[in-house]
Amino acid sequence: MRLVLVGISHHRAPLEVRERLFVDAAGARELAVELAQAGEEAVCLSTCNRTELYLACDHAPAAEERAVASLVALGELTETELTPLLARLSDGAAALHLFRVAAGLDSMVPGEGEILGQVRTAFEGGRPGPLLDRVFRQALHAGKKVRAQTAIAESPASVPSAAATLAQQVFDDLRGKRVLLVGAGRIAELTARNMVDRGAMLSFVANRTLEPAHQLAHRFGGRALGLEEIETELPKADVVVASTGAPGVVLTADQVERATKARRGNPLFLIDLAVPRDLDPRIGELEGCYLYNLDDLETVVSETLAHRRGEAARAEAIVAEEAARFRDWQASLDVVPAILSLRARAEEIRAGELQKVQSSLGRLSDSERRAVESVTSQIVNKLLHLPTIRMKEAAAAPDGVLYADTVRHLFGLAEDGAHTDRLARE
Amino acid sequence: MAELLFWPALLAYGEACVAYAGNMWRPGTLGRLATWGVRVGWLVQTGLLGLQATRADGFPWDTWADSLNLFVWLVVGIYLVWGCRARYGLLGLAVMPLAVVLLLVAWAGGGTEAGGPSRYSDLFLVLHVGSVLVAFAAFTVAAALAALYLWQERRLKDGSAGSVLRLRAPSLGALDKLSARTIALAFPALTIGIATGLARLASHGGDFDATVVATLVAWVVYATFMVVRYGAGWRGRRAAYLVLLGFALVLLVRLGLPLTHA
Repeated sequence: MRLVLVGISHHRAPLEVRERLFVDAAGARELAVELAQAGEEAVCLSTCNRTELYLACDHAPAAEERAVASLVALGELTETELTPLLARLSDGAAALHLFRVAAGLDSMVPGEGEILGQVRTAFEGGRPGPLLDRVFRQALHAGKKVRAQTAIAESPASVPSAAATLAQQVFDDLRGKRVLLVGAGRIAELTARNMVDRGAMLSFVANRTLEPAHQLAHRFGGRALGLEEIETELPKADVVVASTGAPGVVLTADQVERATKARRGNPLFLIDLAVPRDLDPRIGELEGCYLYNLDDLETVVSETLAHRRGEAARAEAIVAEEAARFRDWQASLDVVPAILSLRARAEEIRAGELQKVQSSLGRLSDSERRAVESVTSQIVNKLLHLPTIRMKEAAAAPDGVLYADTVRHLFGLAEDGAHTDRLARE
Repeated sequence: MAELLFWPALLAYGEACVAYAGNMWRPGTLGRLATWGVRVGWLVQTGLLGLQATRADGFPWDTWADSLNLFVWLVVGIYLVWGCRARYGLLGLAVMPLAVVLLLVAWAGGGTEAGGPSRYSDLFLVLHVGSVLVAFAAFTVAAALAALYLWQERRLKDGSAGSVLRLRAPSLGALDKLSARTIALAFPALTIGIATGLARLASHGGDFDATVVATLVAWVVYATFMVVRYGAGWRGRRAAYLVLLGFALVLLVRLGLPLTHA
């Protein structure tokens, strides 16, 4: 059984090709079902950065061709266009790649958090058999292990997620916390979305012109305000995200101080993403107010990326260890038929010899007969135990299959697991 | 036998201190080792207290050193309620060294030995001492939470976002909530302890000594905390300072005034 991977990713394929080959969870399931109809195991992993088909088959070149044909049809591309962008890997290399993907080591931002869930979704929606089941479960295990044993995914890697993570350092749980956006720009929206994804509510959007504020507030279920209404609504907000294009300060420390008097020590978290700044820096000195600006957050992001690159070496070691385990397991599959036929042969001899002395055993009681059965079975099992272990161990070595061939030759076992007639006659 | 249990407990608590300190620089395995140190130490100390209980004639922790041993066990036990979570490792760094020092003081005062007659056989007295000790142990943990709150607040205020996220402490919200809940649970115990103590004082006769007065002042401080925290909704830095003020009185009662209290 071979493991085959065919796919595209952000390493080689431009965005327009990745867009054409992207499929949602339902599409990935359909594609896996379609590929599995040829009697193979199939899983389709599709994210914004990659579309990869994992197949387990007996004949790798044919499976690869079917996978390429599926991708060509999916993206409505020609094979000539697609071929230079494709990654084709097999067996240990394909498994290592999947483990790196699950660990976030192949992502644009190392340690990116969503990919592990995406791998799980692909696995659950696919058509795995013994081999893909093993490799995907091990990939999920490797992904979790990397996150647990390294700090690769600990810190936020974007300005919006840094802002939301800092807010969680203040409030713990953002559920039910009210966000006031000052300015309706793209970065403010992304920051708000990140917080909303963590349970916060976008309650107010204040902007110089009301139309963009209305549109944004409508999308999040909040209320649009003019800039002059900010002070009135500020006591109701827990988080303020400011990013207007105003030339000067939009919210002064005096305004915030008046608003926070009614808060009785309840914290107010403020993020200023504007340049020049929208929020008076003196706000940070007020009791219960925590103010961060764009520089603070960008410093966090750059430190995080440097830190993640440092952690990547430890993560790579974990992933390599898992890949080696998979290679050993896959190699052990090659000796399984030899082990099975050896055991079948031994059992046949045992049963045959007992049959020969059946007349002598007739005098034995049922319990004595069971004891004889048990003793002979134990002798066979003990004799075969060590050779079985040794064959499995040797299977991982480059010449491991020679051991299986030697056993077949010594015991007169055929390739398909049946022993030879000659040995049977002896 | 008691010695055989005391030293392993102290060793496990000590290991937890070292591992918590190491965990600050390299979070992960050391944090787990620290948590196991606390668990194992606490279980062994439970064995020690059990041994003392079976060998004693009456309430076994009647001396100042004996009750310190019990107090350490209560503090660590209360910390263990949420101390197993990785993010509360910093709290362990505050609680566990204190536990080690106090356990050593208890040992030096003979509070970890087993056997001997007890002065406390009166149920009222046992209830009084037991309730006050439980409350004081909880106030100790609450003070550690409040101190951690003030430290974390300072870091957030300084605006060094990178350091805040590199060394993750529990959030302000979680610390504030846990500290308040711990006090809310301990306050009734202190009230019961004081009430039984006063009832006994009235029935047996006697004067208010410095310990009684300091305990009553501590009760007033924690009662004020309950009113402003749950009645007026106050939280944050001022609430944390109030918790620390109450703990200063607890320390005064626990360490400074036992000799004045019969």
